[in-house]
Amino acid sequence: MKFNKAIVAMILALVMVVGLCAAAMAEDEPLKIGVIGPFTGGAAIYGNACKYGAEVAAAEINALGGMQIKLLEEDDEHDAEKSKNAYNKVMEDGAQMIAGTTTTKPCIEVGAVANEERVFMLTPSASSVDVIDGKDNVFQVCFTDPNQGTASAQFIAEHKLATKIAIIYNNSDPYSMGIYETFKAEAANLNLEIVSEQAFKDGEVDFSVQVNDAKANGAELVFLPIYYEPASLILATAKSIDYAPVFFGVDGMDGILTLEGFDTSLAEGVFMLTPFSADAEDERTQTFVASYKELTGEIPNQFAADCYDAVYALYNASVNAGIDGTTAYDEACEKLIEQFTGDFQIEGLTGSMSWDESGAVTKTPRAVVIENGAYVGFND
Amino acid sequence: MVSFLRFLINGISLGSVYAIIALGYTMVYGIAKMLNFAHGDVIMVGAYIAFCAISYLALPPLVAILCAMAVCTVLGIIIEGLAYRPLRQASKLAVLITAIGVSYLLQNSALLIWSPNPKVFPTVLDFGSIRLFGGDLVITSQAIITIVANIIIMLGLTAFTGKTKMGKAMRAVSEDKGAAELMGINVNRTISVTFAIGSALAAIAGVLLCSAYPTLQPTTGSMPGIKAFTAAVFGGIGSIPGAMIGGLLLGIIEILGKAYISTELGDAIVFAVLIVVLLFKPAGLLGKPMREKV
Repeated sequence: MKFNKAIVAMILALVMVVGLCAAAMAEDEPLKIGVIGPFTGGAAIYGNACKYGAEVAAAEINALGGMQIKLLEEDDEHDAEKSKNAYNKVMEDGAQMIAGTTTTKPCIEVGAVANEERVFMLTPSASSVDVIDGKDNVFQVCFTDPNQGTASAQFIAEHKLATKIAIIYNNSDPYSMGIYETFKAEAANLNLEIVSEQAFKDGEVDFSVQVNDAKANGAELVFLPIYYEPASLILATAKSIDYAPVFFGVDGMDGILTLEGFDTSLAEGVFMLTPFSADAEDERTQTFVASYKELTGEIPNQFAADCYDAVYALYNASVNAGIDGTTAYDEACEKLIEQFTGDFQIEGLTGSMSWDESGAVTKTPRAVVIENGAYVGFND
Repeated sequence: MVSFLRFLINGISLGSVYAIIALGYTMVYGIAKMLNFAHGDVIMVGAYIAFCAISYLALPPLVAILCAMAVCTVLGIIIEGLAYRPLRQASKLAVLITAIGVSYLLQNSALLIWSPNPKVFPTVLDFGSIRLFGGDLVITSQAIITIVANIIIMLGLTAFTGKTKMGKAMRAVSEDKGAAELMGINVNRTISVTFAIGSALAAIAGVLLCSAYPTLQPTTGSMPGIKAFTAAVFGGIGSIPGAMIGGLLLGIIEILGKAYISTELGDAIVFAVLIVVLLFKPAGLLGKPMREKV
């Protein structure tokens, strides 16, 4: 039976080696972050930007050595039901926290499930208040929709763009109303004078009254918390009556330059509140843009930058909280909530960020201005 | 005073767009006695055809308008033949619901073909503008063209229905389909021609609407369509001059209401005026009161 003993010995030795490896692997177990967004379908432009932004961040972090990151990416096609399936899939695959989801509607639904199951979520770009409302485990990298109003007023006051301001808002759209109200409240605190407030409704085509009112009241700046399609009509109307104030839009304005058939000269000098501009000259942005271009062949937009920041924030907070690849997701969730509601801060591509209990982010507002048909970072 | 004149002019140019759409509504209603709720969407199709002809095929504007008219005419005849003709004997409600269905069909087809991304309509009718009072008062060439087109179309339609043989057939069908048929008038053909003319007008209206307010998306026709329908009722539905007057008044009331009362209440004011007018003149401003014979 010598022969059999030898085999047993060999098997035992093998088991020991495997066991040692397993022990060693537990220490090197990467931190697993679920990334969920629409990689296909109508909203794919946002999901893919987010996915590649996260990949650039993960590659940078992994190149530094130290704790490694593994991204678990799942497509949700911007559909709430599919997003829940994607969430279940990444959790089954061992995700410990979620960088996502990218778009608002799925994020509200997935956030509710994650809240019950105690999984930490940091959404890069779902900006509605409903995303974080009543959920202690969901945080945002982007400004909450209405906070864009506050941020815009601060930006205008800080950079002394104007003192007399007109607002044209869509009173049939909660997005526009929310930003309008917070802008007005903050403008009052900052001694910005609002000289004209004019509303319109979805489907309205004639903006002559609104624009004339702004002109007649001597507004130096017209704040447009609206989408780019009515904004394009407002810009054309202003030009037709030789009125050339500063126009200031929020994220809904993004897209005006790609509007088919639009005369981009109309948008010359238009400001847009945005956390990221790809031609900012700091080294970090330049490195990010270069890596992103290498990966995708495209120039990153704000979604890519938001998601890059989300991965870094999750990683740094995990390191601070002593979370590693073996921490259970619910334990990680409580530790991360403690971090994010504590004095955790991070210097990201989209600004210096900190969070409060609500899950909303606090960061310095930034804006770009349109010059020669392109976005240019604004420095005065 | 200058600002009042300015708002008045803006109101007239908005109203003239409503008027030209209302002409199509009133024409079809007057003869076929049905509300073609898809009219606004035929306008949108016309505008897209003109947009494609100008932007992608680089055709001159006039040819583009003719293309749009041709496509819309065919579209109008197809819609009438497939959706409305089989319902000739059905209740008015069935036809109305079908019209709403056609409207959604057109909107969703446009979503598939042209995507929901808005497009900016090229400035084809811009020959500069007239500036008065040191630039305080601007009258755009689009406004002038729209008003002139309105008058020409109104006169043309009145002459057509009054003088030509087809026009007489149309009036006969409008008065009594059964009797007209007995007199040897081809009712189906007459109604087809009515839809063809109405849809060709819709194409012109689409180009004028999008020249004045240059964004184009699959829902472009719906809101102006509803306003124009209101204008047609306001002026007395079925009456051709009534549609013109109703459209102009509606535009003026809308702009003045927004300017002097509140932009928040713009549409509320318009519809409040409509209600008041209908309380006192149920058939509209120029509508003839109908007496049912028993």
